[in-house]
This record gives sequence, C-alpha cells and structure tokens, in this order.
Amino acid sequence: MSDITPSQTVGPFFAYGLAPHSRCDWKPNSGYDWKETVGADLVTPDATGTRIRIEGSILDGDGLPINDAMIEIWQADGQGRYAHPRDNRGARPNAKFKGFGRTATDKAGVYSFDTVKPGVVPGPDGKPQSPHIVVCIFSRGMLRQIYTRIYFADEAANSADPILTLVPADRRGTLIAHKEMRGEIAVYRFDIRVQGENETVFFDI
Amino acid sequence: MTFIYPRESLSVYPKHLSPEYKSTVKRSPGKPLIIVPHTLSELTGPVYGHDAVQEGDADLTKQHKGEPLGERIIVHGHVYDEDKRPVVDSLVEIWQANACGRYVHNVDQHPAPLDPNFTGAGRTVTDKKGYYRFITVKPGAYPWGNHRNAWRPNHIHFSVFGQSFVSRLVTQMYFPGDPLFPFDPIFNSVADEKARLRMVSSFDLENTVPDWALCFRFDIVLRGREQTPVHTEQH
Ligand SMILES: [Fe+3]
Repeated sequence: MSDITPSQTVGPFFAYGLAPHSRCDWKPNSGYDWKETVGADLVTPDATGTRIRIEGSILDGDGLPINDAMIEIWQADGQGRYAHPRDNRGARPNAKFKGFGRTATDKAGVYSFDTVKPGVVPGPDGKPQSPHIVVCIFSRGMLRQIYTRIYFADEAANSADPILTLVPADRRGTLIAHKEMRGEIAVYRFDIRVQGENETVFFDI
Repeated sequence: MTFIYPRESLSVYPKHLSPEYKSTVKRSPGKPLIIVPHTLSELTGPVYGHDAVQEGDADLTKQHKGEPLGERIIVHGHVYDEDKRPVVDSLVEIWQANACGRYVHNVDQHPAPLDPNFTGAGRTVTDKKGYYRFITVKPGAYPWGNHRNAWRPNHIHFSVFGQSFVSRLVTQMYFPGDPLFPFDPIFNSVADEKARLRMVSSFDLENTVPDWALCFRFDIVLRGREQTPVHTEQH
C-alpha cells in the first residue's frame, strides 16, 4: 500500500482558479492582477514547426457534451523536444516553448488549443514514437483524471508507433485527429467520448 | 519492468465509477483502460518556476480592497514524493468557497452570500524543501444535489504538478473532525481509511499566529520515487 495522497474530483467550480481566461465566469472586482500562468495558446514567438489548432468536444456516456471539463495537454516541440530536465539531449531550439496547455470546455462542451505540431520523440527500446500529444481530462463526476493521446491522421509513423500498436486495431481510430483546413490554419478535430459507443481509448499509466 | 512511478501506488485512488457519487455514472470510462509503458512523454511534465506566480497570489485575504469575512487560517505543508523527498519548484494551485460556502462562479446557485472581498483562488510554488503556504479563510460547507440534503464537508481544492505528467494530482483538503465525513460519497470514494485520512489536514497549534490566525497542516505525497530526473529508462 502506498502513501500517496488520493485524487478527488476537480468539481464544477474550478474555472476561476485554474482556467479563468478560458472560461471566465469570474470577473475580478478588485483589480487584483492575476497573471495567466497556463492557457490554451501554447505558441511562443520562438516556436518553429507547423502551427495547428486542436479542437473537439468532450461527451459523456449519453453522448451529451460535458460543459464543465478541464483538459490539459503535454507535448514536445516541433523538433520532438520536451521542456523538462529529463529530456537532456542538449539545448532546445525553441527554449520558450513550454509544451503545456490547459483549458476548460465551453457551454457546448467544446475545447480548443493553439499549438505547433509536435515532432517525433524517443520511445521504449530506442524506437521512435509517432508525433503525439498526451491528454489529461478532469471534470465533475471524475474522481481521478483520465489520460489519452492525440495522434495525427497524416503521420505515416502511426502504423509502427509502440504505444498505438498496443491498442486493439478497431479502437485505434479514437486516438487519431483528422485535419481540416480553416483558412490558413490546420485544425485537427479530436472528440473525446468518455463512455459508450466509440469510447475513446484511455490509458492506465 | 520497474517503474519509478509504480502503478500499484494508484490502488488507493477512488474508482472511476463510484455510483454513490452519481455524476460518475455517465462520466467514467466503460471499457478497461489500456496499460502502456511510461515513455519520455509521460515521464516529463510542465515546469513552472517562481516567475509564474506573484507573491500576493498565496494570500487570498489580500486580493481585494477589504478583508474577507470568516475565520482567517494559514494552510501550509510540504509536497513530497513516495520516498518522502521534497518536490521542489512545483506549482500548487487552490480554489475554494467563501466562509458561507459560496463559490465565485455563476453555476453556483447556493443561496448564500458572495463576499466582495473574497475570490477564493490562490497559487504558489514549493520552495527548495517542498514547502508551500497559503493564507485564506476557512471555507463553509455547501449543499449539492447528489442525495437528500447532501452537503459537502468543508474543503479546499488543490492542484499540484509534481515532476512528471503522471504525478499530476488534483485533490481536496478536508478539515479534522468534520461531522459530514460519513455522508460524503466524494470523501468516501477513497475506500482505504488510512488513505482517506491523508486528505484530512491536521490542526497545527504550533504555527497558529496569536490573535490573528488558526493554522492547518496539509502534506501532499505525489507518485514517484525520485527527485532528480535521470535520463536512462528501461521499459
Ligand atoms: Fe468544492
């Protein structure tokens, strides 16, 4: 038995504390200058690579939108480098790019992030992993977070990805985001179905 | 296969589906989760240092023109990993109801007064000893629709980052001796009693400030058995 502190639900009222700029039900009335630490726009001036938007809905077991979820993403930069000391492959070309995003779903259960497409990152046994983003979802009714991954439909390396190939073939599609062009911006659609038909694959990590 | 983030540590977590807490019924995965190795993607995570937060973010009683109503309290403690090593430079975020049990959120319809001098959001970063400290007021209990006259025990919501994306923790800190504990399905979703009590802060007489504030200590233990990340992993 471990000594870790157990998880509890984020509840319905997290937004003013954790995501005030993405779902601002709280208007500061004191002029207190609350700086945004984390948000839905990951793009920094030095970030090289393809600019993309990721967009989708989060749906419950009845297919209804979850309009009070918090979604966090963690990713490598365009060169496949993580902004973390464990990624010690030398200086990072996009030193300002943090790779972390957080937002809340809106009233229609929709979320979006602006970011760059991540590069290839190392996987187990030196095998490369296809470009992907790690996703963590919290909401009322979730006593602990659920983890999934976003892969990109236009990446040939998906077929050999060491994680994706652990997923039964008939469910892999739930982890693939599909591209549509909206003007100049490539929008990758990634809906998350928490339960039921076409349930998104979630990972036990 | 040894993991520095052992999966067994999660055995004390609530089950995704805990029907006593009704909202879990449609919001929990129905299919088994797929076990995958920890790769660089899971073993890294966001790093937010002291430049991310301001000094005043940790004092929830000073963010407005006047002082909030309620019992002024200090909430402090350490963030550790499973080997009791400090988790340093880690972002700790809190949010809570005001002393009347009302959140500053338009979805909260509890007919208790809002406090113009209290928002209820705070942030800080752990120091080199893994220590954090907030000044706030004791949140009130509030009703919710889960079952007949259900009220949540007094609690402060906590969000902690840790060293990797898999050590990420969102939890709630409770107060000792709360009479609502036996009736709360969220608190009781943690089946193991010892683990459940780790979410309950202790009254910290020694660190109260005479004639000014009470004090509660809440230590947080995150997944993981290392302090300094190393490069080589065996899977
Ligand atoms: Fe709450």
